[in-house]
Amino acid sequence: MIAALALVAGIVLGLVFRPTVPNGLEPYLPIAVVAALDAVFGGVRARLDGIFDSKVFVVSFVSNVVVAALVVFLGDKLGVGGQLSTAVVVVLGIRIFGNAAAIRRHVFHA
Amino acid sequence: MSHEKPTGEQPGGKLAGLRGRHLRASALIGVLVLLLGFAIAIQVRTNSSGDALSNASETDLISILDDQDSRADRLRQQIAALQTTEQQLQASGSRDTVALQQAQQQAQALGVLLGTLPATGPGISMTITDPKHALKAADLLDVVEELRGAGAEAIQFGPIRVSTSSAFTDSTAGVQLDGQVVAPPYTVLAIGDGQTLQTAMEIPGGVAATARAAGGNADVQTQPTVDIGVVRSVPNPRYAKPAGR
Repeated sequence: MIAALALVAGIVLGLVFRPTVPNGLEPYLPIAVVAALDAVFGGVRARLDGIFDSKVFVVSFVSNVVVAALVVFLGDKLGVGGQLSTAVVVVLGIRIFGNAAAIRRHVFHA
Repeated sequence: MSHEKPTGEQPGGKLAGLRGRHLRASALIGVLVLLLGFAIAIQVRTNSSGDALSNASETDLISILDDQDSRADRLRQQIAALQTTEQQLQASGSRDTVALQQAQQQAQALGVLLGTLPATGPGISMTITDPKHALKAADLLDVVEELRGAGAEAIQFGPIRVSTSSAFTDSTAGVQLDGQVVAPPYTVLAIGDGQTLQTAMEIPGGVAATARAAGGNADVQTQPTVDIGVVRSVPNPRYAKPAGR
């Protein structure tokens, strides 16, 4: 409940303040967002499974974001930034879909 | 199993330390998710703000740059071609203008000579009296011939502009010029070199002498400005056509 409210509040804040992304962070923000979404979906699934742990969620959230950004950063340095970004998005996308499927089974029993 | 989880979290609140830890964790999660929402909003806005180039990869940018370069090249070539066309058109336009001016000047000169345009200039005015009506068409034709011979460029005989097709004929009603009866005294206006024209009229055995022999007189006066306002209609050749140059 708090998380959902915080998400909405964050979106509203982002829309209200209209900050510009620093140039250095620009390539990492979308990947970080996707990674964080993966963590959030995982958290929701864990909660529905009854195995939710705040510590696990916080750690997985932060590490997901950091690792994703790190991978993209490394890819940029190696000259394969675009491909690595795609790889990260694909992997995280698959995970998000898996988690979403689990959540769906819990909510709709189907 | 899924119905258990809200209660599954509750037991943590039994101890004060655990409850504090739970609150802190909730706050941390809230902050993280708030940041996530914030980032999503920023990213969505950045992406939809239209500056697609800032998100494009290096290779994409290079290909876009190549596209733009080749497009600019094509446009430059088009510009050069169009400029060439423009210069050609301007050149031909000025040629056309010159040709048109020449044609207009020619038309005006021909109009003066042909009697289709009013004319003005130095010349003579002449009054030929013929109380006995003794002057025949041939004599009056001599007047015009003499004037032409002396370089008259425009001639008005009585109320009629004399042209290339003008003809004097004798009839029972008198002398006709272009089918119109002309009666003495005859007033003749001619544009040309006044002195030459006057000399030509008064040459021995010429127009003045003929008039005097017929019992009349010819009074020639040079004028600095003679206005010939009478015009003829433009002749419309029925048979002759301009031959190709």
